[in-house]
Amino acid sequence: MLYGGQVEKIELQQTPLLKIWVPWLGIGGCKISRRRGSSVPQLTNSPTLIVMVGLPARGKTYISKKLTRYLNWIGFPTKVFNLGQYRRDAVQTYKNFEFFRQDNKEAMQIRKACASNALKDICIYFSKENGQVAVFDATNTTRERRVSIVSFAKEKGYKVFFVESICDDPDIIAQNITEVKVSSPDYVNCDKEEALADFLKRIECYKQTYVPLDDEKDRNLSYIKIFDVGSRYLVNRVQDHIQSRIVYYLMNIHVTPRSIYLTRHGESELNLLGRIGGDSGLSPRGHKYAASLGSFLKGQNIKDLKVWTSHMKRTIQTAEHLGVPYEQWKALNEIDAGVCEELTYEEIQEKHPEEFALRDQDKYRYRYPKGESYEDLVHRLEPVIMELERQENVLVVCHQAVMRCLLAYLLDKTSDELPYLKCPLHTVLRLTPVAYGCKMENIFLNVEAVNTHRERPVNVDVTRDPAEALKTIPDHF
Amino acid sequence: MRDHLLAVRSEKAPCQTTIAEAIMSSREVGPSNSASPRELTQNPLKKIWMPLPCKNGLPEKHISQRKVCMTNCPTLIVTVGLPARGKTYISKKLTRYLNWIGVPTREFNVGQYRRECVKIYKSFEFFRPDNEEGLKIRQQCASAALNDVRQYLADEGGQVAVFDATNTTRERRQTITAFAEQNGFKVFFVESVCEDPVVIAENIVQVKLGSPDYMNCNTEEAMEDFKKRIECYENSYETLDEVWDRHLSYIKIIDVGRRYLVNQVQDHIQSRIVYYLMNIHITPRSIYLCRHGESDLNVKGCIGGDSGLSPRGREFAKYLGKFIESQDISDLKVWTSQMKRTIQTAEAVSVPYEQWKALNEIDAGVCEEMMYEEIQQHYPLEFALRDQDKYRYRYPKGESYEDLVQRLEPVIMELERQENVLVICHQAVMRCLLAYFLDKTAEELPYLKCPLHTVLKLTPVAYGCKVESIFLNVDAVNTHRDRPENVNIHRTTEDALQTVPAHL
Repeated sequence: MLYGGQVEKIELQQTPLLKIWVPWLGIGGCKISRRRGSSVPQLTNSPTLIVMVGLPARGKTYISKKLTRYLNWIGFPTKVFNLGQYRRDAVQTYKNFEFFRQDNKEAMQIRKACASNALKDICIYFSKENGQVAVFDATNTTRERRVSIVSFAKEKGYKVFFVESICDDPDIIAQNITEVKVSSPDYVNCDKEEALADFLKRIECYKQTYVPLDDEKDRNLSYIKIFDVGSRYLVNRVQDHIQSRIVYYLMNIHVTPRSIYLTRHGESELNLLGRIGGDSGLSPRGHKYAASLGSFLKGQNIKDLKVWTSHMKRTIQTAEHLGVPYEQWKALNEIDAGVCEELTYEEIQEKHPEEFALRDQDKYRYRYPKGESYEDLVHRLEPVIMELERQENVLVVCHQAVMRCLLAYLLDKTSDELPYLKCPLHTVLRLTPVAYGCKMENIFLNVEAVNTHRERPVNVDVTRDPAEALKTIPDHF
Repeated sequence: MRDHLLAVRSEKAPCQTTIAEAIMSSREVGPSNSASPRELTQNPLKKIWMPLPCKNGLPEKHISQRKVCMTNCPTLIVTVGLPARGKTYISKKLTRYLNWIGVPTREFNVGQYRRECVKIYKSFEFFRPDNEEGLKIRQQCASAALNDVRQYLADEGGQVAVFDATNTTRERRQTITAFAEQNGFKVFFVESVCEDPVVIAENIVQVKLGSPDYMNCNTEEAMEDFKKRIECYENSYETLDEVWDRHLSYIKIIDVGRRYLVNQVQDHIQSRIVYYLMNIHITPRSIYLCRHGESDLNVKGCIGGDSGLSPRGREFAKYLGKFIESQDISDLKVWTSQMKRTIQTAEAVSVPYEQWKALNEIDAGVCEEMMYEEIQQHYPLEFALRDQDKYRYRYPKGESYEDLVQRLEPVIMELERQENVLVICHQAVMRCLLAYFLDKTAEELPYLKCPLHTVLKLTPVAYGCKVESIFLNVDAVNTHRDRPENVNIHRTTEDALQTVPAHL
């Protein structure tokens, strides 16, 4: 937050990296306590504690991980605290379901201690590690446990939001167990049948004391109840912006198997010249790639494929080769390089050496003069991600920076890794959700293209030599 | 080409986008013959790359769709609930929102049909469940409304229709569902359930007492009668049931948004509707909209750019600070864009502010920092196209008003969540926000008057928004350019510059 108050001469200066206007407070520079880079205000005050609720094999960890990935991507530092992990660290070897019996006093002690440790770590995450959201991934199936979490949060000034997953479809539960439980460290020495049988008994242990969130008794809590993998939702007392976003996200995700195909447009004329941005058409090799892409897709025999492009000529020309309907999204347009549009890296170094260095210092947050940053791109792409979550089989034909952002979301890459992800031309990435993550296949369609990937050079100092700045530039005509 | 299109169309099932529809939309493009990809041309108005054939030179008239193809089938939203539960409030607000984001939507209020049929309202007796004549008329009205719905969705290019009536019996809802199925419409129910007597009384006071039905009654009489009217519905009210109605798509809003039950959301537009309904509230508040103070570029008659405030602009900022203080607003949030001039303005208001990149002024691309005279000189064709369709026109390497609306949607969503907010923004941005609050069409939007140094205070009241315009008594240039008479691309320079406001 910035505080106004100056009346006569309102001097501002623009921060060189983020291009944000801030009050000029003299030689010492600006004294903004909070980082002001983001294009969207943070709109949160207190940290938020998301508490999962539900029997085992109801998708709590799946939801926790996915939600965490999404929140981190849109800029809310989030971390999962999985109680099962704490338990595995405390009790080195898992014997069998008996550990989870209600009358197993020794085990109960351990489990309570684990919960306590997890909450302590959450405290540290919020107070010392700049965390904004913590996801407490555990069954939390008794009212007693939930009451203690709520008072813990109240004491610390955290907001609490419960996410309960309710499902009684035996097919879904069996599928869950097969996908993620059988291969868990707990069952490393068991065969599939043994694991399945033991896990089902584990679930029984919880069922006896399971008290779902209650319409009446819990009417003052903030929560969402997800029934049957999303066929129905009950939402109670959404308190603020972030809870509203969380609800919207959870209501849009699904578990139907599908694949997402990501590719850049075919090689463009400006690519050949080593120039960034612009709105040029495809080179001959680019056209060849697009045709190959068409054949590739036909071979994949994908059911009901949706094809998305940007509004830029090169992605549309690529889609034109595919022989299927496609939709244009302006949000998929390449990052706007502002004053650097259509320049080569050599020209950028020549005309804007300081900008070039700042970009290498913090490529994620750096905003081109009169242009955008990767951080801006992520916010621009959020509706695309939301719609990707709703859809099933989709091919996205886009651009290098855009593809890096989408890939970072799907593969849970940090903002430091994101701007350096390798997204070469003429390559299709096929992403298929599996277990808690995404399986990725990299398919090069055998049509040569220039390399457009520029690694971070060793010297990122503003005073560096042009030679050092240009060291990592890929070849071009 | 045409035969190919027709051939493909016949293969499609009724509820899927036909290729013809796809070609018509500005975003979705039908398939090419993969052996020879089609040539692309950039539509001169919207700067969208489209495959040929395309009309030469002049802008194509496309059915403008927002971003993704929102719906395949048209959607029928059906409200459910006892009288005075906010159904019409929700219907109107939702309709306003959907139209603003580019989804053609219209509401059909059965009460309106009833008033046209039965010219004079006598008393609640009309609504008694044993009043056979009344029932007959009401059924006819519902049918007439559904007929109009069908016409709107099937023949007039409507995408969403909101059927605003009590629809409190399962029987009535089954009739509607059957009607929708017959016509290939998707159905989404919006039920409002509320038992708080304070809220209900407030509703009655705000919108029922002033209704044409009670024109000749005093407050007590009207109150009494309306309460009895509600009772007529209560006995036969069958709320949407978790078990019986588990295959229907619906949202149940309980106690004005404290709680929601969402069932079987089918597609993108229903998901957006749910998100919107879950973010609106009825807590009284005001939204203050104003532009930055006059800027140096404003004074020169230049558009865009990122200049600072002129001396008069700084004066305005000072007065804005004083004005805000005098209003004594509880918990005011202040939002600016990330451009220097709005931030400088906010600096004079002694309240913390948040910067939104989404509030930045429309990007005029190659025309940035030009005067209108310069645009006419360097880009006369562009200048004319803009006057032909100012809403959809996109500056080369820039944006259109249509793009702006899409960019501003998260701001509107957050404005709905918030309470008292002051938004310090720019001319085009303010026009878009104002159009949302005042339900202006895409044609009106780019010509809304948003002069410098004027604060608009918007206060939701009844079904709409009260607007107060407060000029803070610091002179500024006029930056409003009206649509000139001659918008032809061959017009003279004089004709083009006829409506340019004065500047230095």
